[in-house]
Amino acid sequence: MTKQKVQPVGGTPSDVEQLKIESNYLRGSLVETLANRVTGGMSDLDNRLMKFHGSYMQDDRDVRNERQKQKLEPSYQFMLRVVTPGGVSTPEQWLEIDKLAQKYGSGSIRLTTRQAFQLHGVLKWNLKQTIRQINDVMLTTLAACGDVNRNVMCTPNPEQSEVHAEVHRWSEQLTKHLAPKTPAYHEIWLDGEKVDTGDKPKAEMGLAGNAVEPMYGPVYLPRKFKIGIAVPPSNDIDVYSQDLGYIAIMEKGKLVGFNVTVGGGMGMTHGDNNTYPQLGKVIGFCTPEQILDVAEKTITIQRDYGNRSVRKYARFKYTIDRHGLDWFVEELHERLGWQLAPSRPFHFESNGDRYGWSKNKNGKWNFAIYVNSGRIIDTDESKLMTGLREIAKIHTGDFRLTANQNLIIGNVAAPKKKKIAELMAQYGITDGSELVALRRSSISCVALPTCGLAMAEAERYLPTLIEKLEPVLTEVGLRDEEINIRMTGCPNGCGRPALGEVSFIGKSPGKYNMYLGAGFSGDRLSKLYRENIGETEILDTLRPILSHYASDREHGEHFGDFVIRSGYVKAVADGTDFHS
Amino acid sequence: MQLKVTNSPFNEAQVELLNKLLPTLTDSQIQWLNGYMAFYRAGTASAESAIALQEQTAAAVATLIPAEEAAQPAAPALPREAAVLFGSQTGNSQRLAGKLAAQLKEQGFEVTLSAMNAFKTNGLKKTPYLFIVASTHGEGDPPDNALTFYEFLFSKRAPKLDGMKFSVLALGDTSYEFFCKTGQDFDNRLAELGAERLAPRIDCDVDFDGPASQWLASVIGAVTASPAASATVAGAASVAPASSAATTTESEYSRSNPFQAEVLATINLNGRGSDRETRHLEISLEGSGLTYEPGDCVGIYPQNDPALVDAIIAEMKWSGSENVVPTKEGAEGQLRNALLAQFEVTVLTRPLLEKAAAFSENAKLAELILPDNKATLRAYTSGRDLLDLLQDFGPWKLSAADLVSILRKMPPRLYSIASSGNAHPEEVHVTIRKVEYEAHGRKRGGVCSVQVSERLEEGGRLPIFIQNNPNFKLPANPDTPVIMIGPGTGVAPFRAFMEEREELGASGKSWLFYGDRHFVTDFLYQTDWQRMLKDGVLTKLDVAFSRDTEEKVYVQHRILEQAAELYKWLQEGAHVYVCGDEKHMAHDVHAALLSVVEKQGGLNAEAAAAYLADLQVSGRYQRDVY
Repeated sequence: MTKQKVQPVGGTPSDVEQLKIESNYLRGSLVETLANRVTGGMSDLDNRLMKFHGSYMQDDRDVRNERQKQKLEPSYQFMLRVVTPGGVSTPEQWLEIDKLAQKYGSGSIRLTTRQAFQLHGVLKWNLKQTIRQINDVMLTTLAACGDVNRNVMCTPNPEQSEVHAEVHRWSEQLTKHLAPKTPAYHEIWLDGEKVDTGDKPKAEMGLAGNAVEPMYGPVYLPRKFKIGIAVPPSNDIDVYSQDLGYIAIMEKGKLVGFNVTVGGGMGMTHGDNNTYPQLGKVIGFCTPEQILDVAEKTITIQRDYGNRSVRKYARFKYTIDRHGLDWFVEELHERLGWQLAPSRPFHFESNGDRYGWSKNKNGKWNFAIYVNSGRIIDTDESKLMTGLREIAKIHTGDFRLTANQNLIIGNVAAPKKKKIAELMAQYGITDGSELVALRRSSISCVALPTCGLAMAEAERYLPTLIEKLEPVLTEVGLRDEEINIRMTGCPNGCGRPALGEVSFIGKSPGKYNMYLGAGFSGDRLSKLYRENIGETEILDTLRPILSHYASDREHGEHFGDFVIRSGYVKAVADGTDFHS
Repeated sequence: MQLKVTNSPFNEAQVELLNKLLPTLTDSQIQWLNGYMAFYRAGTASAESAIALQEQTAAAVATLIPAEEAAQPAAPALPREAAVLFGSQTGNSQRLAGKLAAQLKEQGFEVTLSAMNAFKTNGLKKTPYLFIVASTHGEGDPPDNALTFYEFLFSKRAPKLDGMKFSVLALGDTSYEFFCKTGQDFDNRLAELGAERLAPRIDCDVDFDGPASQWLASVIGAVTASPAASATVAGAASVAPASSAATTTESEYSRSNPFQAEVLATINLNGRGSDRETRHLEISLEGSGLTYEPGDCVGIYPQNDPALVDAIIAEMKWSGSENVVPTKEGAEGQLRNALLAQFEVTVLTRPLLEKAAAFSENAKLAELILPDNKATLRAYTSGRDLLDLLQDFGPWKLSAADLVSILRKMPPRLYSIASSGNAHPEEVHVTIRKVEYEAHGRKRGGVCSVQVSERLEEGGRLPIFIQNNPNFKLPANPDTPVIMIGPGTGVAPFRAFMEEREELGASGKSWLFYGDRHFVTDFLYQTDWQRMLKDGVLTKLDVAFSRDTEEKVYVQHRILEQAAELYKWLQEGAHVYVCGDEKHMAHDVHAALLSVVEKQGGLNAEAAAAYLADLQVSGRYQRDVY
């Protein structure tokens, strides 16, 4: 069989493509921009570039109009994202992030849905010092955002500790292997010596690798690229939402390799049915040693075939859907020079977290804390930030950020367990068992006031909405029933809303599209149920469905499955059916 | 000579009054009246004085007596040439000096009207008449444009001034320790150098109109009484360049007759989270005929805090409706209204305490005002107000009318104008930072700044006037580069400067140094500056935010960082403007400029000081500091 000749989609490169090539391997005019004291912001072009360095500009949108009247520019500030492969960090790293959040940030830490730390509210003049101190504790912000491979996710739950440790090491390997190689990051932030990378790249150089960026080439990828590794039966990292996913296959308690999934992704654009969330598809199996090769070659295919003309169509999922899965597998095999083995059986149970104490096989303990929307902050109810700081001072294990924005105090040595439990009690830190299960199974993105993309509230509003659902949950006996509920302020999908059994995507202030019917283990997309509704309608719509579920569900039937069986929505097996 | 209807322009009733009055006058009264009428004739007497005159018919009416008849034969004749010198920071002294010059000219004098530092000191000895109008600044310092003359006069180079006649008008504020010190210094020094005091010095408090008029009258009276050697025809006076800025205000509204201006907009320029509040007011001048130039000031007559006024009334167990003083508003001559709008109640001065002591039997007050207890009195008055005084030194035998009779009139507050009239026709903008502090267990604040921050809404009105400031003006040549140093509210006039240059399409380079506490919340007019930079109206902008970094950074540090470039601009003829805090900033900036000139120009300290002094004399280094 001769290989089908496939041409990249072509079209005039977008202005971002132009910017990337002109940036001379991500340098741009960032040094000059940082030195400009008249504005706390930067130009759109520099801001685009900042993403590759792990940051982008935001402003406090709550005061935007007010400041305009006051003859003040928007309250520009920067979000800094810290790459933590698999979400694992040491107590020392935790303390440093905590310190920076207080000194240069907004006084809180955000745990992201991709297991990274995020600091908000960093002023331009403090960026360099903050980034330097992050690097001082062996963390980085490089490639935390931008058109490159992002933080590699990995099931953080250390219960199956032997396999888990091995899988985590692969997530680190992947992160390292796929990181940009440009010296710009060191030059700009770490006062690294300016490295001569030869002449500035030119547009006609094309996409393929070169001495500076052997894998990415001078224009990097058409869009961001996301990788995650799931360790069944947990699909907490939502492997089907990843551009490239690995599902760990264990046989006789040993890691034998990974099933590979490709082409998942959450983002879409309101009103454009050519954009949709998509599930990754399993295409085969590779051994652990082959994992880097598979990732690298997959990325080069996206590099060469992704849409560089229209950014909203540039994600890997569209490349695959455009040319077909068969084409991709064939192209991958050709680039690999070997073939993936047939995929192996596995089983996912859920994409949620397991809270509270658990014991590892190595005798150490873990405690999974419920963190409201991933926000580490002191509130009246809980001195979470202070408490974790005190714990970090004595903890000898690690801190593990989960994909559901929660936190595991991992590998607690037995002699420390009592003390850490005492500290948690002292500062009001809990596993969330006092809360309705719906709350514990919730994800929301940051949204307003700092995210520039947000059209509606998410983090600040979801708890209120859940509170209003509490009476009905209690009434119909669903208080302890885990139902995944997700809310994002825009359709870009940071909170993976298309994989929520109930989800809300912001349309405008106070208005949301409501989706139902995703699979409890993250294996099925949700479907639009009501469009552009406010709180009253949300509650009026959801209450009877919840009651119905409570009375008519089958044994062990999850909410997402129930709404399909009961005909509220149709099952979405593939993203291309999402809008139909 | 008996006045009759037939030999004079007077009517019957007037003739009768005059004939009754004239024979009773002593020589010195005639002399005084002569001067007074000259001044009266010049049309500068306030309406109030005119009314007062009508009421006091027996006191003063005519001036028909020829100068020869009243002449004192003793003194040798002096040429009728006078120098009227002023040392002015905000323009008040300059304005009064201008008045005197005009009146002297009418008397046939050849007048040199000049800022002190623009006056050629080698001509001093030959000056027969010298008149000085000087304000006092800061801690008893001369104003900027008086500094070099002051130093000259107190140096060994100062000539003997025998034969010169002089008089000094001193402007000041009794709430300051060194009240009218500069004027007093000049007065003493001129006498020490041998000059003869023609008319006694008058020290004016903030409400200077009355005493200043009195001084003008007595000076004119004295010179007309002096014999004239040559009857010089009144000609064009030689006017020094520094005073050439014409008065642009051709309006019925003035300091003594403020315009009730509507406030079109009031905006807090400090972002949320700031510990400061700075109001940007946009005030309508529509219908007032008031005009201004960048660099000028707006005078605002504020209202006292009603809570403080009510506390004062309650303390004295008054009702507030006591009829206390006839006012222009007629029926509103009640205590509460008077205390709200017409009198100062937030500042204690020695004269006030002295007057108040007459109404109290409290021995502590009597003791406090003893000359030996100067320092104690200063410590007491600092940060205290009328309520404290009334609370601390009872029991009082004081009526409401007594109280207002001893209070100072409410002085207007002057604010540098933050707009160009060309950019905003019929509008004037000001920048007012709220002053608030805690003292002696009570929250206190600036009268005007608290009023505009807390009690003024859009559509409200403020009594205002325009105060010209000829000593803070853009270079006449639009190509001349300007360096503007204005941290905090000191940036206000530079917004006016830049708007003006933008309107005129001026091509000169411009460079602003700005600073405050926090970048995010305290960058006054940030988006205006950003736009001007983008449009090329403003060439350079250097900012320093003192509380954003571990080490405090101020504008002077930015000046030093940019020393080479700044010196280059100076050598290219740039004008330097400094506006804002006098106590620290202006001194630190001056030191920084000295250092720039010293290091970049390769000069020693003395030569660097002379360099800046030259800039000052030639009007290339102007300050509006407070």
